[in-house]
Amino acid sequence: MAENQRTIEIEVLRYHPEKDKAPYQQVFQVPFTDDMSVLQGVQYIKDYLDGSLSFRWSCRMAICGSCGMMINGKPSLSCETFLRDYYPARVRVEALAHFPIERDLVINMEGFIEKLESIQPYIIPREARTLAQGEYLQTPEQLNVYEQFSSCINCMLCYAACPQFGLNPAFIGPGAMALLHRYNVDSRDGGKAERMELVASEEGVFHCTAVGYCSEVCPKHVDPANAVNQNKTNAAADYFLRFLAPKGGAK
Amino acid sequence: MNKRRPYVRSMDGWWRKNPFFVEYMIHEGTALFVAAYAGILLNGLLHLSRGEAAWNAWLDGLKNPWYVAFHMLALVAIGYHTYTWFKIMPRTMPPVIVGGKRLADGAITGGGLAVAAAASLALLAAVWGMAR
Ligand code: SF4
Ligand code: FES
Repeated sequence: MAENQRTIEIEVLRYHPEKDKAPYQQVFQVPFTDDMSVLQGVQYIKDYLDGSLSFRWSCRMAICGSCGMMINGKPSLSCETFLRDYYPARVRVEALAHFPIERDLVINMEGFIEKLESIQPYIIPREARTLAQGEYLQTPEQLNVYEQFSSCINCMLCYAACPQFGLNPAFIGPGAMALLHRYNVDSRDGGKAERMELVASEEGVFHCTAVGYCSEVCPKHVDPANAVNQNKTNAAADYFLRFLAPKGGAK
Repeated sequence: MNKRRPYVRSMDGWWRKNPFFVEYMIHEGTALFVAAYAGILLNGLLHLSRGEAAWNAWLDGLKNPWYVAFHMLALVAIGYHTYTWFKIMPRTMPPVIVGGKRLADGAITGGGLAVAAAASLALLAAVWGMAR
């Protein structure tokens, strides 16, 4: 390693289901340089100190969304969080809050994947077009309406920031709702009516009490709280408009 | 045999674990002062409907130093509630497009606070004028 190397303490919440009844803390002394991320610190532990440490990562450039951890209690992407910002204090890393711990820093994300599937995260064409008719056109204004919500990288930091999800894991939650909104407000999409049933359902937006921390921690400035709260209004409007224009279809 | 045994952490005391959540709970807590104050005003209205003597008795009651202290406390609490309420307002509404550009969060929060301050001052001026 390069010069001006220092040593920082990294405290990791460990859990190996085959031997541990409950998670426990373990502290490692990790030599680091100024350019090292928390992810690199954890990788150092795995490579040189304890090969049994488990965690997820891939791109190490804040785009794949797999390296989310609680770093000193805050949901963060460990690849864009730097050890130098904590030194000389100890850094605490823990698996993303509110999710079951599968092993060490690895969470169980099955519930999230199911939610992602349930929102139908793809364009359901408003009108069928043949190849000969050409592409679907969109104005910059129409793009603006959803672009921010399409930046989501499924990192789940917003779920780790949402106490309502922690208290009730069935809540569809901020990230999936941001993506649902992304498709609902896309001018090419015609699936809104189907998705709105989910928005207004038991697991839908009305679980949200506008804590707003999800938007605070989102590394891609998606503002998922905004998607959730706009859809409270949409769901309420649907509910009342139904009495004015009964067309059926609501379950 | 399946070795998976996903561990679910407890949510006990969740709001104490993060300063953001503490602020959220204080925001929610100050709503109680808003409700209490509405109760005080309703009580005044009730006394007013019972005639002059009852109304004056209620007014005298308000002069109690404990009551005055409560009013000061309620003012601070409601002020904090107003501030945090407008702070999250940009999160709760559709984007506002002005001149082809999206209005910044700070402008929405600032605008809300300015309207709240102006409305409070106008009300204060009106009541002041009536009381003289
Ligand atoms: S909304 Fe933001 S925090 Fe939530 S999953 Fe998407 S990118 Fe991550
Ligand atoms: S490793 Fe891909 S987002 Fe951090």
